Amino acid sequence: MTDTTADSGAVETAETTDEALGRSYLSASGSTLSSWLFTIDHKRIAILYAISTTVFFFIGGAAATLIRLELLTPAGDLVADDTYNKLFTLHGITMIWFFLVPVIPTTLGNFLVPLMLGARDLAFPRLNLFSWYLNIGGGLLALAAIILGGVDTGWTFYTPFSSFYSNSYVSIAALGVFLTGFSSIATGLNFIVTTHTMRCPGLTWFRLPLFIWANYATSLIMLLATPVLAMALLLIVAERWFGLAIFDPTRGGDPLLFQHLFWFYSHPAVYIMILPGMGVVSEIITCFARRRVFGYTAMVFAILAIAVIGFFVWGHHMFVSGQSSYANLVFSFLSFMVAVPSAIKVFNWTATLFRGRITFEAPMLYALGFVGLFTMGGLTGLFLASVPIDLHVHDTYFVVAHFHYIMVGGMVSAFFGGLHFWWPKITGRLYPERWAQAAAIMMFVGFNTTFFPQYILGYLGMPRRYHAYAPEFQMFHVASTLGAVLLAVAYLMPLFYLGWSLFFGRAASANPWEATGLEWTTASPPPQHNFFSTPVVREEPYNYHPEGTPKDA
Amino acid sequence: MSGLSSFISAASERARQTDLLFFSATALSGFIVLLVAGLIIGFSIRYRKNSNASRAELPPPLLREFETGWTLATVLLFVTIFGWASAQGFGAMTPAGEPLQINVVAKQWMWKSEHPGGEREINELHVPADRAILLSMNSQDVIHSFFVPALRIKQDVVPGHTEALSFIADKPGTYALLCAEYCGTQHSKMTGKVIVMEEEDYADWLSHQEADNSLAAQGERLFTTLGCSGCHGHSANVRAPPLENVYGSPVALADGRIVEADDAYLRDSILQPKRDVVAGFKPIMPSFAGRVSEANLLALLAYLKKKPQQEARDD
Amino acid sequence: MREISPLAGIVAEQFDDRGQQRQAAEFGMWIFLGTEVLFFGAIFLGYTLYRMAYPAAFAEAGRETLVLIGSANTAILLTSSLTAALAVKAAEFGRSRLVVRLIAVTIALGLVFLALKGYEYHHDIKSHFVPGDPLFGLSEHAVIFVSFYWAMTGIHAIHMAIGLGAWVVVAILVRRGRVVPDKTNTVEVVGLYWHFVDTIWIFLYPLLYLVGRS
Ligand SMILES: [Cu+2]
Ligand SMILES: [Cu+2]
Repeated sequence: MTDTTADSGAVETAETTDEALGRSYLSASGSTLSSWLFTIDHKRIAILYAISTTVFFFIGGAAATLIRLELLTPAGDLVADDTYNKLFTLHGITMIWFFLVPVIPTTLGNFLVPLMLGARDLAFPRLNLFSWYLNIGGGLLALAAIILGGVDTGWTFYTPFSSFYSNSYVSIAALGVFLTGFSSIATGLNFIVTTHTMRCPGLTWFRLPLFIWANYATSLIMLLATPVLAMALLLIVAERWFGLAIFDPTRGGDPLLFQHLFWFYSHPAVYIMILPGMGVVSEIITCFARRRVFGYTAMVFAILAIAVIGFFVWGHHMFVSGQSSYANLVFSFLSFMVAVPSAIKVFNWTATLFRGRITFEAPMLYALGFVGLFTMGGLTGLFLASVPIDLHVHDTYFVVAHFHYIMVGGMVSAFFGGLHFWWPKITGRLYPERWAQAAAIMMFVGFNTTFFPQYILGYLGMPRRYHAYAPEFQMFHVASTLGAVLLAVAYLMPLFYLGWSLFFGRAASANPWEATGLEWTTASPPPQHNFFSTPVVREEPYNYHPEGTPKDA
Repeated sequence: MSGLSSFISAASERARQTDLLFFSATALSGFIVLLVAGLIIGFSIRYRKNSNASRAELPPPLLREFETGWTLATVLLFVTIFGWASAQGFGAMTPAGEPLQINVVAKQWMWKSEHPGGEREINELHVPADRAILLSMNSQDVIHSFFVPALRIKQDVVPGHTEALSFIADKPGTYALLCAEYCGTQHSKMTGKVIVMEEEDYADWLSHQEADNSLAAQGERLFTTLGCSGCHGHSANVRAPPLENVYGSPVALADGRIVEADDAYLRDSILQPKRDVVAGFKPIMPSFAGRVSEANLLALLAYLKKKPQQEARDD
Repeated sequence: MREISPLAGIVAEQFDDRGQQRQAAEFGMWIFLGTEVLFFGAIFLGYTLYRMAYPAAFAEAGRETLVLIGSANTAILLTSSLTAALAVKAAEFGRSRLVVRLIAVTIALGLVFLALKGYEYHHDIKSHFVPGDPLFGLSEHAVIFVSFYWAMTGIHAIHMAIGLGAWVVVAILVRRGRVVPDKTNTVEVVGLYWHFVDTIWIFLYPLLYLVGRS
């Protein structure tokens, strides 16, 4: 598909030229700490982000573990109520803002966007590094809030609890989220400008891989939604520090305004979290089904439609907050409509398998798991979009189960899929396939065991954020906790076998999956400037041939 | 309360309708999940790497038809569910007949209610069956949410707003009442019961309650409506002197004097709070001169004299 | 490490040519301003809703702001926008020294704005025009207006300070020859930001100083 072809002959050429022209990005500018901390290479920044998001993932995961252990018994006996409240707040804040929102764009996206565009770097490399420091700064503030004594508002920071009643370190945590929001904005800005201005010759908009489209749409949402959250959080801090009254009901302020601002960001944020995952899955399914993606154009417009309609559905989080029933009607309708493009995507992924030549390496297992779990999460989203059902299950475990199906079952599966898929490209090493497949299957089973019972709990009437609960619910919580154990083990496994592969894994060729896409035309790991010469694109994306592998692609 | 039934039994017509909608949606979703899973597994087997199934391309017009087909089918399906759900939502909004209005006050971490005759309850709500009930709800502090799973209803109680929630329960019994909106430390303890009774049992129950219209009870209501509890309440964020047992006890002032908290002192503290500031507190209380009538002032004082017993009941 | 600064008159290595670099810089700034519109949009929305809810209180509190200083500051900012625009024009013609001088005037005007604003804040605090002040003397919901007044002007002032910092950096770079005005569009990009901050003020001025005075 490009002037550097993907077959084995070209790989050898690439490797020899690699030695002739320069070393990989991993060794080219040295391996001192400062060569990493001050790097402006998008690939190295991706690694920095990979390390920091992994740390936050395990911090959030530790909190989740304690939560699940506490909920083994109905009485609040493992930790005190305040501690429990701080734990779920910690879990929410770190998982959402320091793992789910940044993880795919800043690790896989940072690494791959310039490679897939045939560019030497992002448009603003310094801004890219700066965004990492913002993210770290925000993360350290959030951690400081925890070390000082914790935050107990929940990740939603609802006023007036957060502004006038909570005695915890709300301001520091809110400022941490504020900072990391700027990091999101910087990343989004970089991606948009890069996609617009730095595509290599021949790479027209409708030849872009869906991963690029997904990150493009995600960036749009980051740019347009995050500032609203930033303002809302800033006002909470101002209320706590300077006594502003904007959300204070005792002085004429309205707590619902905060909810509107918050969800204007936080609903689209769901798409910040899921769209990049959809991009990853599109790359993986096409590669392992050896087929062009079904309905490329429809997939692109579905991505854009999700991003756009996603801005107008936030009110479905406020069906029970006293919003007018006509507003409920409109938000309900739009929430149903935003599910249509998601459904199209599910059907198109499924149809891509039709008449493919399918193999089941670990990335494919994750991707197929994604499709199943995302379907379940999406469908239960329709339950929540129906006002009468939402009146019952709102703020119960049904909601908890729903968004974990989307964000953990969907997004985290996609991230692991992408991590395995591009691992050889990023590190130049092959991971042990059997272990990876085992982890993927365990994750799927563990996930369903953990979260499916929570749908039932929710319909039975178990509210979320409860430290102690009625004994009737115990058996479901026990099942959930057992699943969580399995899930925890499955999440720890990649840490070991991927870590192992860094030192002992077999060296990867430039294109171990025989995938299309510009990133596979350069060496593994890529040289410092990505390509030895600027690539030229002459074909549509996903030019796979299920009938057999042609020798002249 | 006994077992899961206090949560899940459907105690109103609306609850049964919600169940019907929910289980229909579940069946439909189950079908779609099975369809997608079946296709994925079926394709995975049929088109696995070494199978000799045909890999020929289908003609593009056919593919386009597939695509249009499932897009339209999805839209149609979603619009149908939406229509059904909204029809039910709007149908349930207008209960018939003159409703029985009960005032509910939510605070950290309890539900208080007051029946039309002045009968008051905490964490319990007795209502007659087969009669439209209109709850008029206010919050004293943060957002709470009134949730009765057996009625399949929930309404946030947002401070500064008066929220209305109406229902007709038709199955006598005792049902769980929960707070569904996270409201602080003891959120999970903010639970109670809704007791649905036959009309005559309810009348009987009412006759055994004594309506509390004493001066102190009025004062207690004023203590919240005027916003006193926002700072002097035991869960308040703003630091203000606690008022439990204050009446008749000695108070150390910022300027070093010690005075007895008698009627005159308490009255002055409400009307001219800057004059005698309690040691260790900032002079941040606004004056209530002109904002509280003499009658109300007396009620407040009566409440403050009685306050220790009152709070003990709360905890 | 790459030692070439993208602020120098040379093409940074991720770009193919100067045109692409200029386009990226300008496009990037426009997008950033788009996010700023939403940032300020959130608080403007809040202001609008509350003003509809409490028109009398807003009018009452609006009359307490110092309209003289507000008006003077409006004039000062508009003038600074003019000098900024002239600096951009001068940059197009490569007149480095003129560019530096015009930027200096812009910075001076910005500093005068902030100084006046500081004086105004001082006065506000002295006259208890502060939410949460126990001696706050206005009627019940006026405190909402005052909250918006402080939040909006405060956030605007922070933006001004960032803009001034950017101008200082650009002026130094141009003076040292690290930025060659007609080869990159650095001056233009910072100018865009400055005009945006001015535009926000043009909206704040009537909302905070003229309300209740008609
Ligand atoms: Cu949402
Ligand atoms: Cu509550």
